[in-house]
Amino acid sequence: MSLGRTEPSASVRSHTPRFDITRPALIGVALLLAAMIVLPMGWLVVYALSDRDGHATLANFVTLFTDAAFVEPLKTTLTISVSVSLICGLVASPLGWLVARTDMPLARTVRTLVMASLVTPPFVGAIAWEMLAAPNSGLLNQFWRALTGADEALINIYSLGGLIFVIACYTFPYVFILVANALDRMPGELEDASSMLGAGTWATARRITIPLALPTLLAGVLVAFLQALNLFGSPAILAIPAGFHTLTTKIWSLFQFPPKPQLAAAAAVPLLVLTIVLLRTQAAVLGRRGYAVLGGKYGAPRLIRLGVWRYPAAALAMFVLAMPLFLPYFALFNTAFSKMSSRLVGPETFTLQNFRFTFGELSATMPALQNTFTLAVAAATLGALLALLIAYTVARKAIPGYRWLSFLATAPLAIPGIVLGVGLFLAYTRPPLTLYGTLWILLIAFVTIELPAAYQQINSAFHAMHPELEEAARMLGATRLRTVRDIVFPLLRSAAIATWCFIFVGVIRELSAAVVLFTSETKVLSVLIFDLKESGDVGAIAVLSLSMVLLTTIVVVAANRFAVGFANRAPSRIGG
Amino acid sequence: MTSWLGKVTWYTSVDLPLAEKVGKAFEAKYPGVTLRVERSGAERNFQRIGQEYASRIYNCDVVNSSDAAHLIIWKREKMLAAYVPEDVARDFPATHKDPDGMFASWRITLSPIAYNTNLVKADEAPKSFADLLDPKWVGKIVKAHPGYSGTIMTATQQLSRDLGWSWFEKLAKQKVMQVQSATEPPKKIAQGERAVMADGGEYLVLSLKARGEPVEPVYATEGTPLVTGPSGIMANAPNPNAARLFFAWSMTAEAQQLNVDAGGLRSAHPAVKEKAGVRKFSDIKTLREEANVVADKADEIKAQYVKYFKV
Repeated sequence: MSLGRTEPSASVRSHTPRFDITRPALIGVALLLAAMIVLPMGWLVVYALSDRDGHATLANFVTLFTDAAFVEPLKTTLTISVSVSLICGLVASPLGWLVARTDMPLARTVRTLVMASLVTPPFVGAIAWEMLAAPNSGLLNQFWRALTGADEALINIYSLGGLIFVIACYTFPYVFILVANALDRMPGELEDASSMLGAGTWATARRITIPLALPTLLAGVLVAFLQALNLFGSPAILAIPAGFHTLTTKIWSLFQFPPKPQLAAAAAVPLLVLTIVLLRTQAAVLGRRGYAVLGGKYGAPRLIRLGVWRYPAAALAMFVLAMPLFLPYFALFNTAFSKMSSRLVGPETFTLQNFRFTFGELSATMPALQNTFTLAVAAATLGALLALLIAYTVARKAIPGYRWLSFLATAPLAIPGIVLGVGLFLAYTRPPLTLYGTLWILLIAFVTIELPAAYQQINSAFHAMHPELEEAARMLGATRLRTVRDIVFPLLRSAAIATWCFIFVGVIRELSAAVVLFTSETKVLSVLIFDLKESGDVGAIAVLSLSMVLLTTIVVVAANRFAVGFANRAPSRIGG
Repeated sequence: MTSWLGKVTWYTSVDLPLAEKVGKAFEAKYPGVTLRVERSGAERNFQRIGQEYASRIYNCDVVNSSDAAHLIIWKREKMLAAYVPEDVARDFPATHKDPDGMFASWRITLSPIAYNTNLVKADEAPKSFADLLDPKWVGKIVKAHPGYSGTIMTATQQLSRDLGWSWFEKLAKQKVMQVQSATEPPKKIAQGERAVMADGGEYLVLSLKARGEPVEPVYATEGTPLVTGPSGIMANAPNPNAARLFFAWSMTAEAQQLNVDAGGLRSAHPAVKEKAGVRKFSDIKTLREEANVVADKADEIKAQYVKYFKV
C-alpha cells in the first residue's frame, strides 16, 4: 500500500459528516409503496369481509361460491385461462423455435412483427375481431359465405371459443418472446455434442433442446394463464353480447348501479389468490430448473437447416401473425374509412367523416388524448425512477428491510388490474386522501401496475454492473446520492429508457383499472374507446385506436433511437 | 364578449353524434361557450353521478337522461336546481314539465321493433312483441340492456308490466345478441349483424333509414314503449350560468327542431314540426310510461332481467 493511496481516504473522512439524504428518500419510497399497494389491498380485504353496514361477515364469500351468478363466471374464467395458455404454448413454441434455431427466412421480421402485435391493446384487437368475425356482418364471414355459398358463419366471435381465440392472439407474444429468448441463449455445444454422439435431429430435439427449453415454456404458459385470467377488455367486448360473464366483467358489473363494492371486493379475492399461487409455482419451476444455461462461454446456437421447408415455415409464421396483426389492422383501416364497418371501402363507401367526427366534433377526444399522454409520460418517468431507486436500494442493501422493498415492488404482479382498481377506489374515495376524480389516482394505479416489470428490467441491468465503480466514487468522497447521479444513472441509461418505453406503452393500453377509476374529467383514451364501443360508434373507435397505436409507435421508436444513439457512445464494458 | 360564460358539461345518454351536433349548434349560437359532452348509457351516467357526488366531485352542469325516473330521484335527493326556460313555461304541456320547475322533457322517443329490409321481407317481419318468440327468430335478434340504457330500462318496465316477465323469459331463449346501449341495436341491424331488434331507440332507426340504410321500424300491435328523456340543471353545477343558457336554448323550438330533423327524435314543443316520411306520433299506439314506478323498482327490474339473460 503506497502513501499515495492514503491521501484521498483522508479527504473522504473529512466529507463523511455531511448529511446524506439518501436514507430519508429511500424510506419515503418505502412509504409510497405502502400507500400504493398495502392501503388499497387492505381496504379490499376489509370490504370483502364486511356487509353493507360495515359489520364483519363471511356472507360475501358464501354468495361467491354458492350463487350461480358467480360460480359460472369462475368456471368460465378457468376454462378460458387453461385454453389460452395451452394454445399459446402450442403456437408460440414452434414459432419461437423457427425464429431462433432455424434458417427460416424473415426470422427478424417475424420477431419485430410479434413485438408490434404487443403494442396493440387487447381490447382494440377484440373490437377489430368483431369487425372481422361477427357471425353475420363480419368481413371474414361475409367473404366465406360469398366464397362457399354456406349459410353458417366460419367463425362466431361472440362465443367462448371466439373469446379464447382473441385472447390467445394477444397473449401468445409473451410466450413467444420468452421461448425465443431462451432458445437464443441456449448453448449450441450441447446439441452439437448430441449429434456428434450419433443422435439424429429429432433425438437431439427431444433429449436436449426441449428439456432445456421446458422451464421457460412452462413459465411462459403460466404468464399466458395469468394474462387470460386477469384480462378485462376482451371479455367485456365479446362475452357480454354472447350472454356470459368472466370473473373480471362480473367484478366490473358489480360497480354498476346499485354498486356492491363488498361483493366486488370478495370476487376479487379468488383472482388475487390464484395469481399469487401461480406466481409462486412459476418461481418454483424456474428456481429449480433455471440453471440450464449456467456455465462457461458457449458458441452461438446452431441453426437447423429447414431445406424445402424454409418457405412453408415462413408462410406459417406469417399466417400466425395475420391473427393478431394483419387481419385486425385491415379491419380497423377499413372501418376508419368506410361509411359502414360491415362493407369494404370502395369508391361508393369511402368517407373521411369518421376522422372529421373524431377530431372535429367529438368533444371528448382532445381531453382524453391529453390525459392519456400526461399520464403515460408521468407514469413512465415516475415508474422508471422508482424502479431505479428500489433496484439500487435492494442491490446495494442501502436500508434495513430492503427485502420488503423488493417484495413490494414485485407484489403488484399478483394484483389484477381490475382488483387494483377496486382497491384504489375503496382506499381513495375517502378522507384523508380523496384522490378519486383526479389524475393522481390513475397515476398511482398505472405506476403500481407497471412497477414489477419495470423493477425486474432495471434489476437485471443492475446485476450486470459491478459495485466497484460506486465504491470508488464513495471512497473519493461522493455522497450516495451523488454516486447514484454521476455513476449509476449514466450507466443504466439505456436500460432506464427501455423501461420508460415499456411503462409508456403499458399505460396507453391500460383499461381494466382505468375503467373503475375514471371520472368524466379524467377520462383516458382506452376508456373513451370502451365507451364508444358500448354505443356501437365503431368508426370513431377505429380512428382513435389507430391514432393510439400510431402515438405509441412514434414514442417507442423515438425513445429507442435515442437509447441506441446513446448506447453507441456508451462504454462497451460496464463494471470493473 | 361572452367568454365569461366559459364552459358547460352536459351529461346525456342520447346518441353521441347527435349529442355533439347539438353541442356544436349551441356553440355556434353562443360563441365563447364550449360545451363538453359526457355521453354514456343513462343508467351508467346515473351511477357515475352518484359515485362522483359521494366523493364531492361536481363535474356535471346539465343532465339529460333517457330514464325519466332518474330526474325524480335526483329531485327527491335535492340534487337539482329549479330553473324553467321560457319555452318550457310558455309552450310545453304540463305532462312534460316538473311542477316545481326542476326538469322538462328534452326529448321523446320510442323503443320499437325494427328489422333489416335486406334480410327480412316486409310481410315476414314481426308485427308484435309476441311474434319475436317465433322459433324462426332464434339467433337473429339483437337487444340492448336495461342495466346500461335508460331507454331500455323504461321499455322493460312497460313490457314486463303489460306482457309479463314470462315474455322476457321466453325471449331470452331465442339466443339474443345482448348489446348495451339502446343506440346499438339499430346500428347492428343496419350492419346486417342481426335481422331484427327487439328494442332500441326509434330515433336511430329513423335516422339510419333517412341515410338510406336498410332498416324499418315496426310499431308492435301491443303498443310501443314510450320513452321520455327529461333534462335538468344540477344544484351543484360548476358552471350554473352557462348551464342555464344551454338548458334554455336546448328547449327552444329551434333546438327541438334540430333534434327532430337531424336526430329523428320526437318533441314536446308544440311549435316543432314532425319529420316528413315518419309515422306521426299521434298515429302510434304507445304503452303508458310510469317513471315513478321505475324510480322505485329499477333494481328489481335489473335483477329480474339478469336472471333471464345472464348478463
